[in-house]
Amino acid sequence: MRVVDRRSKVTRRIVLRGGAMAVPGLAAGLAIVPGAAWAQAARNLAPATLTTLARAARDIYPHDHIADAYYITAVSGYDSGTPEIRHLVTEGCTLLDAEAQKRHGTPYLLVANETDRVAILTAIEETAFFGKLRSDLVVSLYNQKPLWAKFGYEGSSADKGGYINRGFNDIDWVS
Amino acid sequence: MAQFDLNDDSVVCIVGSGAGGGTLGNELAQKGIKVVILEAGGRYEFTDFINDEWDSFTQLAWKDMRTTSGSWRVHKDFPNLPAWIVKAVGGSTTHWAGASLRFQEHEFKTRTTYGELPGANLLDWPITLAELEPYYAKAEYKMGVTSTNGIPRLPGNNNFKVLQAGATKIGYKEVHTGNMAINSQPRDDRDSCQQIGFCFQGCKSGAKWSTLMAEIPKGEATGRLEVRPGSMATHIEHDASGKVTGVVYVDADGKTQRQKARIVAVAGNSLESPRLLLNSASPKFPDGLANSSGQVGRNYMRHMTGSVYGVFDRPVHMYRGTTMAGIVRDEAALNTKRGFVGGYELETLSLGLPFLAAFLDPGAWGRSFTAGLDDYPNMAGLWIVGEDMPRETNRVTLDPAVKDGNGMPVASVHFDDHDNDVKMRAHAYQQGSAIYQAVGATRVFQTPPYPSTHNLGTNRMSANAKDGVVNKFGQTHDVKNLFVSDGSQFTSGAACNPTLTIVSLAIRQAETMQGMMGRGEI
Repeated sequence: MRVVDRRSKVTRRIVLRGGAMAVPGLAAGLAIVPGAAWAQAARNLAPATLTTLARAARDIYPHDHIADAYYITAVSGYDSGTPEIRHLVTEGCTLLDAEAQKRHGTPYLLVANETDRVAILTAIEETAFFGKLRSDLVVSLYNQKPLWAKFGYEGSSADKGGYINRGFNDIDWVS
Repeated sequence: MAQFDLNDDSVVCIVGSGAGGGTLGNELAQKGIKVVILEAGGRYEFTDFINDEWDSFTQLAWKDMRTTSGSWRVHKDFPNLPAWIVKAVGGSTTHWAGASLRFQEHEFKTRTTYGELPGANLLDWPITLAELEPYYAKAEYKMGVTSTNGIPRLPGNNNFKVLQAGATKIGYKEVHTGNMAINSQPRDDRDSCQQIGFCFQGCKSGAKWSTLMAEIPKGEATGRLEVRPGSMATHIEHDASGKVTGVVYVDADGKTQRQKARIVAVAGNSLESPRLLLNSASPKFPDGLANSSGQVGRNYMRHMTGSVYGVFDRPVHMYRGTTMAGIVRDEAALNTKRGFVGGYELETLSLGLPFLAAFLDPGAWGRSFTAGLDDYPNMAGLWIVGEDMPRETNRVTLDPAVKDGNGMPVASVHFDDHDNDVKMRAHAYQQGSAIYQAVGATRVFQTPPYPSTHNLGTNRMSANAKDGVVNKFGQTHDVKNLFVSDGSQFTSGAACNPTLTIVSLAIRQAETMQGMMGRGEI
């Protein structure tokens, strides 16, 4: 069977291509960590808000084989969102932090254990903020073309002649 | 190419260019009759189609506002997208997967066969399988349906091979690559299938039959068919005698126009067709055109659907090749021993990663969900197409508050599953899961229904005027020069994809219409 090469080809260009922000130079900065350089480039949102959004994005749709850069790209569009959207996500992150402070005495971003962060997300699952973030991520995360190969999805096919000679019926474990 | 005057009242004006309207338009043009088709959407040729799920959705889907209510899960997951259908020349034949199956004899006689079911508004069709068979044959020939007319079936892809192996293992007998309106060899000036996938996004090789590729160009070549894209019908007008006189529409430039017509045929799919009739209410017809029965918009059916995705420990690559690559038909046969009436088909289905993320389990998040997507290459998928029960309360109405950009009330869709639908879905989930487990699935997803692709029944056929909206020819009971030409005519939905039947009815309707015109009846 012809299988898809799922190895990572991710660099910072992913964010530059997909995101709405100007991201400063180094790919090493593309991690979801407090004080991340990429978040400092935000024009409208507080850097901590963007970092928290990226952390929440990763916790909502966790894929361990996917680099932080994709989650950062997925939420970066909020920086250029309408004032209403920016208000919604800012308030949402405040809520996440408040819940984290109450339970663990730290902001959401610094809650070390994923299970604990998921419990916080579950607690706010019914809010408009969570609903908006989760449903936006379905497109802003999974519709990033550079991500598709990492899930073994090959994308467009007509431009490659379809699959008639590229394995449409090459399965070798059923008969 | 023909261009008819707005005041030419000798034309047949058809609203919609999909399976019903596009076919009817070509058939009439071939018979020497002048036709204007008003199509709300734009015109995209097959080379314009996009192999990208969201980009294609943006290009082709009907995204105008609609509202929903009821206990169906689509209302919760996709409150303003009750249906996944197309707004473009060719209608939903650009999007359909190509499955072309005939109704079974008993499926035209559901009231007689199933008896009276509480909460269901079952009714026999005013036509029989025998009456429709010659038209099914014409439709199959026209559409080049595989396994008819000596046309070989398509080869099975990986997704089909998994389905076939599992289905055979649990004892199913009727398992094959389907009767498909997709060329398995070049035919009718169209290429053969290149196993591209993306059948839902418009076939880029032209192998799949659509009215865009096949009917409309042929009709246009006669010089008697004009298709006007970007034309959104808002009212059908009538004279003092109650005969319809033409269609008011908003053109591509936003200007209101009025196409006069000898006959009007409504073919805007089962949400828009009743919307147009209801919005055409007048002092003479206060409840909407052709609605003396009160049945316009009622008995909305969407098929009992759902999907099953199996996850395996080895690759499948379900997205390679035709989307609907094969079928299991055993559960479609008449069998009342399963605790429900009606039957269902299991057909392969695949989604790309972006749509699978949206549809696999709408609203779900967390590791249980993402683990499924992590195994995307190892998934196989099938879709359930079962007969759902017509219910008077499942209906399309004009939304009392929400209007579109032209000031026309949007369609509001109410739907509740009948108990029979719920029982049938549970059975189909169980059988679909068993198929994949029989060949080693390590996990199965039982995926809830998507926005409806098969929208049926909202202007149904009936022998008696009080039970439905149109007669056995799709002619409205109330207005003799007003016809319905799409799936909204269906009295019941049967356990099969509706397009072949819509096309067959349109061929038959064109013949009837020509006869009536020749005899001066309309």
